[in-house]
Amino acid sequence: MRKSSSIYYSRSDKIFAVVNTIFLLFIFIIVVYPLIYVLSASFSSTQAVMSGRVWLLPVEPTLLGYKAVFNNRSIMTGYANSFYYTVLGTVINVFMTILAAYPLARKSFYGRNLIMGIFTFTMLFSGGLIPTYLLVKQLGLINTRWAMVIPNAMSVWNVIVARTFFSTTIPEELYEAGELDGCSDIGFISKIVIPLSGPIIAVLTLFYAVGHWNSYFQALIYLKDAELFPLQIILRNILIQNETSGEMMRDISEMQRRQGMAELLKYSLIVVASIPVLIMYPFVQKYFVRGVMIGALKG
Amino acid sequence: MGEIKTSSVLLINVESKKNDMLKKVKRHWQLYFVILLPLVYIIVFHYIPMYGVQIAFKNYVPTKGIFGSPWVGFKHFETFFKSYQFWRLIKNTVGISFYSLIAGFPVPIILALSLNAVRNQKFKKVVQMTTYAPHFISTVVMVSIIMQLLSPRTGLVNKLLGLVGIGPIDFMGEAKYFKSIYVWSGIWQSMGFNSIIYIAALASIDPSLHEAAIVDGASQLQRIWYIDIPGIMPTATIMLILSMGQIMNVGFEKIYLMQNPLNMSTSDVISTYVYRLGLVNAQYSFSAAVGLFNSVVNLILLVSVNQFARKFGETSLW
Repeated sequence: MRKSSSIYYSRSDKIFAVVNTIFLLFIFIIVVYPLIYVLSASFSSTQAVMSGRVWLLPVEPTLLGYKAVFNNRSIMTGYANSFYYTVLGTVINVFMTILAAYPLARKSFYGRNLIMGIFTFTMLFSGGLIPTYLLVKQLGLINTRWAMVIPNAMSVWNVIVARTFFSTTIPEELYEAGELDGCSDIGFISKIVIPLSGPIIAVLTLFYAVGHWNSYFQALIYLKDAELFPLQIILRNILIQNETSGEMMRDISEMQRRQGMAELLKYSLIVVASIPVLIMYPFVQKYFVRGVMIGALKG
Repeated sequence: MGEIKTSSVLLINVESKKNDMLKKVKRHWQLYFVILLPLVYIIVFHYIPMYGVQIAFKNYVPTKGIFGSPWVGFKHFETFFKSYQFWRLIKNTVGISFYSLIAGFPVPIILALSLNAVRNQKFKKVVQMTTYAPHFISTVVMVSIIMQLLSPRTGLVNKLLGLVGIGPIDFMGEAKYFKSIYVWSGIWQSMGFNSIIYIAALASIDPSLHEAAIVDGASQLQRIWYIDIPGIMPTATIMLILSMGQIMNVGFEKIYLMQNPLNMSTSDVISTYVYRLGLVNAQYSFSAAVGLFNSVVNLILLVSVNQFARKFGETSLW
């Protein structure tokens, strides 16, 4: 982009370009290869995975692993729960963030520095895990669906991102004009701010939604009933916890059979769990980039 | 006479200022109404726990509640500082952070500089798209991919090592590998996403600088060294300050998932210790004290690094 093709490249620049391309190819392969391997292993037969015959493409293609995943009731419950927490949580998050960010972006909002200070201080210091847990317990939220969406109803970082967006895209004159025409502050939000903030709502929705879908910590500390578990907890129980129970010991043949089935299920489960985010990814990629940029403005 | 006059003028001034404020508040009362809910949320879920952190100085008894429990002063802190785990936890926490910082900080910068120098836009886009992707993989999936690939019996890594006659190595079962696995898988996952901010900074460098340098016969490497790197220095400084402030704040999620009895000696960090003692063993007061110690050290670190940056450089957070 910077150079037009008519410019003469010196020899050192040519060498640099070649080395640079090789370097990036190397990075590309390092990132892509494990992903392709997992995908291929999920479609391969157990024996092929176990005996190490899978290198790049599926060997002896089969859908057995996926069948096992979809026949597992707890995985499906987890899927539904995660979906529920993600949708409800994200709606609450975006609503709260805009409510907080809009007044803080207004110059005529008396006391905005004080409130901003109250908000940002929470990013520097926190009471920590235990007092927060005791509070949630006292509020009676433990082991309810609300524990998954209320304690993290808003992130201050995203409030700052949204505030920066509002103060850079909606000029103060627009507020004044609205005021002169007798528009109330709340009317202004619904009639002018919301219609203008499509991009920021998209960014917030994506940040929050991915966060909800991928999080397991909240569920780990607040939920006890298996019926309420989100997918990530189920994944952890299947993928990680039974892995550590002495892989090298026990009867070899029995071991191999069970290990084989578990092994197959694991690869397909990894793929199934990542599908929602992977499907979204190509569409939302540019919004994420934009979100990072807006946040960086005030960095 | 004169004195009275000035003071009454002053009074009027104060009065009118007060009236001004009241007028502003009155005119925009709806804004206060709008922010009420988020403010209540922040106070309840962030400030009440800060107040509740006093259980670190008490002996928490569930039946008596936070306020009714008896004070014990710094007892829990002393116990923690004297315990044999103290140095192990500090060593692991700071060790993992510093390792992450030193290995992980330059990688996104190098990637951004390298991408910026690519002339083929399509190739650049493809590499960017793919390197961002792992950022969206959840921690649980990430750790299970790590465990699958590193498995001594069926893992891809041991298969590859087997080709050159090494191994098999039980990576997750040996304490000495823990930090490297944690740090390098983290770099693998986040280098692309972390490079976005530097790519943006590079794009905002005035192109006429590069044009002038080309006219003067500067090579690509020289231009990177003398134009690109100084151009992203302010961004890099901010990022460095932010990550220095996080030194004591190693993420709980990934470490907790990667922990097993075999690698505990290098994988136990403050956050996992607080979780284990507080929520698994229900030693609320003691683990709250450990958590508070961690938060305070964090705050001091962030403030002093920022102070340092403000004194010796032109960029700082505040």
